[in-house]
Amino acid sequence: MSDQYSTEPLLEMYLFETSQLLEQLEQSILSSEKESGYTEDAINEIFRIMHTIKGSSAMMLFDNIAKLAHSIEDLFFYIRKEKPEKMDLSALSDLVLEGVDFIKTEVDKIKGKSPADGNAEDLVTTSKTLLAELKQMNAVPDISLITPAPVAKSTAQTTAEDILETQHYYISQANTPVSNGTFAYKAVVHFEEGCEMENIRAYTIIHNLKETAGDLYYLPADIIDSDESVNIIRKDGFQIFITTDWDYRKMHDFLMQTIFLKDMELTSLENTSVLDQFKKKDTELVEKPIKMPTGKEVNVVEKSSRIPLQEKEALPTNTTQSIISVSVVKLDKLMDLVGEMVIAEAMVIQNPDLKGLQLSNFSKAANQLNKITSEIQDIVMSIRMVPLSATFIKMHRIVRDMCKKLDKDVQLEIIGEETEVDKNIIEHISDPLMHLVRNSVDHGIETTEERLEKGKPKSGTITLEAKNAGSDVLIIVRDDGKGLNKEKILKKAKENNLLFKNEEDMTDKEIYNLILLPGFSTKEKVTEFSGRGVGMDVVTKNIEAVGGTLSVDSVADKGTVITLKIPLTLAIIDGMNIKVGKSRYTIPTISIKESFRPKESEIIHDPDGNEMIMVRGECYAIRRLHDVYRVATNITRLSEGIIIMVEQDEKTVCVFADELLGQQQVVVKALPQYIQNFKKIRGLAGCTLLGDGSISLILDVARMFNH
Amino acid sequence: MAENYSRLEVEEDTQKDRYLTFLIGEECYGFEIKHVTEIIGIQAITEIPELPEYVKGIINLRGKIIPVMDVRLRFKKETLIYNDRTCVIVVDVNDISIGFIVDQVAEVMSIPEEDIVDPPRVHKGMNNKYIKKIGKVGNSVKLLLDCEMLLTDQESEEVNEAV
Repeated sequence: MSDQYSTEPLLEMYLFETSQLLEQLEQSILSSEKESGYTEDAINEIFRIMHTIKGSSAMMLFDNIAKLAHSIEDLFFYIRKEKPEKMDLSALSDLVLEGVDFIKTEVDKIKGKSPADGNAEDLVTTSKTLLAELKQMNAVPDISLITPAPVAKSTAQTTAEDILETQHYYISQANTPVSNGTFAYKAVVHFEEGCEMENIRAYTIIHNLKETAGDLYYLPADIIDSDESVNIIRKDGFQIFITTDWDYRKMHDFLMQTIFLKDMELTSLENTSVLDQFKKKDTELVEKPIKMPTGKEVNVVEKSSRIPLQEKEALPTNTTQSIISVSVVKLDKLMDLVGEMVIAEAMVIQNPDLKGLQLSNFSKAANQLNKITSEIQDIVMSIRMVPLSATFIKMHRIVRDMCKKLDKDVQLEIIGEETEVDKNIIEHISDPLMHLVRNSVDHGIETTEERLEKGKPKSGTITLEAKNAGSDVLIIVRDDGKGLNKEKILKKAKENNLLFKNEEDMTDKEIYNLILLPGFSTKEKVTEFSGRGVGMDVVTKNIEAVGGTLSVDSVADKGTVITLKIPLTLAIIDGMNIKVGKSRYTIPTISIKESFRPKESEIIHDPDGNEMIMVRGECYAIRRLHDVYRVATNITRLSEGIIIMVEQDEKTVCVFADELLGQQQVVVKALPQYIQNFKKIRGLAGCTLLGDGSISLILDVARMFNH
Repeated sequence: MAENYSRLEVEEDTQKDRYLTFLIGEECYGFEIKHVTEIIGIQAITEIPELPEYVKGIINLRGKIIPVMDVRLRFKKETLIYNDRTCVIVVDVNDISIGFIVDQVAEVMSIPEEDIVDPPRVHKGMNNKYIKKIGKVGNSVKLLLDCEMLLTDQESEEVNEAV
């Protein structure tokens, strides 16, 4: 149990880091493929990512992941080093992407607390075959340089060996001409207090010096192996004895670059006798930190091998260090608390005890408070906003895979990916969006031959566009494919009894929107990607779950446009508070067209007792809230209350309430699960707390029409 | 870790066999103390339409919105106007927070296991499916309620209503 506790944060970090790396990896593969060639940067990046994944997976004892990462790393190590001219690019991309998928599945398994037991043998073999082919193709004489990928090993200890093997890769001592050194120095380095891991930092210096050094010795000698060394370095400083070609100035500058350096003394040595002492004492010293006992704990090995890499990176990217990742749970909590604070503020400032008092100082202070809270609210909201780019970019992969499988030629164009949406919403739209893109590739875009016949450009285009529209975000999926077939849709709808009015009366748009109904799928053939009849209605449901809407438009042979309208945020809306009897309700301000007090003469009754009202020549139905929700109120005459005209999706209805209470920003809270379990309560979207601590129910305007 | 574990055990021990008892009319009922989060006075309840009568609505408990159920109405007793003795017992069962409105809270008492017996077999029309056990304390009897049943057994209820 205690084990579980201690590894939990580590595991979380691992999962987070790995999934981020995988995404990065996928990106660089796809962009490389687009440019039909791997740039040196891309190769380096892939190598580095694979290396990191390998290391951390081995540390967390996920051997299969480590193994796979290792074999791919080998492959890229070769490519990086030899820069082979002939490469089977697509096979390589396929392999890496498959590897990414494999690791992703494993990571998901780990997340779901089940053992990561996938078998990577096949992929490892493919990778090795590919490596062998590459070598053959480019016939490098010096094959012995490359460490052959070790065969499946299962224990942590042997994985540590793997790491050690790879360590040779970037400690390039052997490759650089080693000079005997014309100058000899003694340097004493002190690190800043509290910088931690002094021994690792010292090792970094040694590692960096190695390339130029002739002879190199240091005290304490066992910096990596012994924890005691940290204390010695803290107390006495880290002593280095070195012979090198560098002159004093260069040496000095080099050492001054050390991170967390407090002070450093560099003295030239007249003779090398000091060094000779060391030579006699322990000739192995230099090698020691590299060749470590393999039985050592993996994470220690890991540190020593990773730090040099990371430190190198850290130097140029220091400026981006100002970004940290925070768990969403904490943000949710913060959001809740800010909501609370806004309410508490209203409670204080509008306290009934203060009524009628002249408090000029108090109101000044209150104003100040008000400013600050609204600023905090804005900031917290903006923290939760995430650009859509990550979601959009994922689609590249889907389009690529499908094109390969279906033998189509499709370009994905992305516009406005910097548009920001609340984190919660992003999670909800990712799947629907994927579905839509798949649909477009599978059903929308024609095969290359068909396209040429129709005189269209050979490759189809799918455009993914996001833009802000007031308090909504529009996401548009557009393809230039064959468009929707009206007749087919109508036929299918008739078969499945989905028609709600006469065929002849339906507009094109209404016909197209039929495909959003449950149980509708036009594709005759079920393919791997779509056409199982649970397509668009699931998309619709998911989008509706976050308060969005979906609409379809299409022109035959020109293409199809699907527009998702999604609220910017779920958490806070502009609302109009209204009162009925003792209850309060909130209507989202965006759906309110106008409000007015009706005259009795404008009201029309039909024989069924329904009430309607004429406004500027148009007739609207009236819904009395007190009737709908059975609330006791004294105001039942329409001329005494107020009518609020609300509009949603081009439908309009008049809602009758007692009075308007005023407009304010409200924090949307879900109704308690227990209440929702009873049944879906008609026309309620949630609830919110008003300034005086009372609860107001938020009306879901769209559902009010279905009464 | 061992420390943690033992602390956990102690904590469980202090809650074991302890019940919060309350009155509804003449009867004394009890909840297992481990379910109870807090007891608050009655406060303004926001009604929600289209719910069974015994679910009175929702309340604002320091920013958390929780539903409240009138136990009196749940047991099909006549309504009583709320007074200053009326309390809401906030209970946490299976991650659902809910308030139970009761006439009056009595006390927290220990009822040792050996004094707890099964309720008598169900008679027709007798509404005791919510009573898990019966505790004997001196001469009196405490009806120990099954919180989960109170929450989950609404389907059959609704069927009855529909009939």
